[in-house]
Amino acid sequence: MSEKDNAAAESEGKPIQVEGLRKSFGEQRVLTGIHLEAGRGETVSVLGQSGTGKSVLLKLMIGLERADSGSIRIHGKEVTGLRRQEWKELRKRMGFLFQGAALYDSLTVEENVSFPLERHSRLTRAERNKRTRELLAMVGMEREGDKLPGQISGGMQKRVGLARALALEPDILLCDEPTAGLDPITAAEIDALILKMQEERNVTSIVVTHDLPSARTISDRLALLRDGRILIEGSFEELEDSEDPFVAQFLHRES
Amino acid sequence: MPTHWGAAVVRIIEWFGELGLFCAEVTRAMFLPPYEGAEFARQLDTLGAKSLALAALAGAATGVVLALETHESLSRFGARALLPALLMVSMVKESGPIITALIVSGRVAAGIGAELGAMKVTEQIDAMEASAVDPYGFLAATRVSACVVMLPLLTLVADFCGIFAGWITCTMTEPISLQLFLNEGVKYATFSDFLPPTLKTAVFGGIIGIVSCFQGMRAKGGTEGVERAATSSVVCSSLLIVLTDVLLVKLIEVIFA
Repeated sequence: MSEKDNAAAESEGKPIQVEGLRKSFGEQRVLTGIHLEAGRGETVSVLGQSGTGKSVLLKLMIGLERADSGSIRIHGKEVTGLRRQEWKELRKRMGFLFQGAALYDSLTVEENVSFPLERHSRLTRAERNKRTRELLAMVGMEREGDKLPGQISGGMQKRVGLARALALEPDILLCDEPTAGLDPITAAEIDALILKMQEERNVTSIVVTHDLPSARTISDRLALLRDGRILIEGSFEELEDSEDPFVAQFLHRES
Repeated sequence: MPTHWGAAVVRIIEWFGELGLFCAEVTRAMFLPPYEGAEFARQLDTLGAKSLALAALAGAATGVVLALETHESLSRFGARALLPALLMVSMVKESGPIITALIVSGRVAAGIGAELGAMKVTEQIDAMEASAVDPYGFLAATRVSACVVMLPLLTLVADFCGIFAGWITCTMTEPISLQLFLNEGVKYATFSDFLPPTLKTAVFGGIIGIVSCFQGMRAKGGTEGVERAATSSVVCSSLLIVLTDVLLVKLIEVIFA
């Protein structure tokens, strides 16, 4: 696809388009043909049992894993065969919140957030510091800037991880279990931050989660993964109305 | 049993193949921008400056042992006058470089293996890549370059301390001025006794850096994976240093004979 075609696809198409995506690890087939789309400013939550490949799906979208077959288009650009340098440019427009936050443990909270800014922005040191403080204030962590990740709680680490993911003002945000292991109040705060990004910056988000109340709050659409495929996709209400026994079992936490 | 041996051989070949690809990635990152100057400087301090005391102590201990051992042997053959020269040549030519490389390998390779291993299993390396920062450039190239630069310098420190400690040991049994000791020592030393053996430690530094970054960045499986990465970094780099030394000694002999 030429640059012109890419630009046209970007202006018209959805920021994230996944078709027929397959991924195996040795004999274990994890994804067996995923179809998923997310429009501009839309938040899609991916639900499913543990070990069904939800995190793998996110890692494929940002090039941390390589797909066996199928297509992933980010802003209209096919990314499954991209080289390292091409990924670099694309990743500057994407943010990733890891399940365990994955903060650099030898850097302070402030240094973690300014890490992408130092490398990819043309801001002066003073501007960078200002921007870092703004990001930390946005997630309510402005007073913890000098601390190391090991000195703050899991919920705080998630918030810092979110600030870091948003440092370069991405238009796509990928979140892996943003509320896992958090108390209900902190989880609600993380949800509020994701909604705020959606409203203020029109960020397109794919959120992998087990947290049904959170998924209901933040999502425009939900996709339920089973046996490496998307079993059902729609709003929370549409999923609730489904007559599929697995969907009912999943939503009502039945064994 | 043959199947078992076959699988082991395949694993070793795979390991070297992956190590080769890793070397190619690190070399590419080393010569292409962005250059991570600040991180390189930090690694010079962490890997080099903080190994200084260790290298000095190891060098001094080697110098004392060499002085004691050679004094005894040379006295037996009535060649005690050759002690300064023998001590100096053996310290600079082989003992200093190999002792420094093995001591630094123990400290630095374990440190890099454990640090990068922990970063790998806690997804910090993935996070770096997701932030559009090349981990081969930021983490590996900086550490490998720092090892290559610092090892010859640490070897010089170990050599100096070894010779100085050797002199002190000699003066305890037979007083001799430092100047005379050094003059007697360099009388028999040539250029090829000093410069090539010192510079060969840059290769040892490269081995320590590459092997430990490689083992760290492919760590898997939580705390146990980190421990495996740290241990295998030390074992593999030490073993490769000793094996490479055999080749380099012969190569230096052939080139500078």
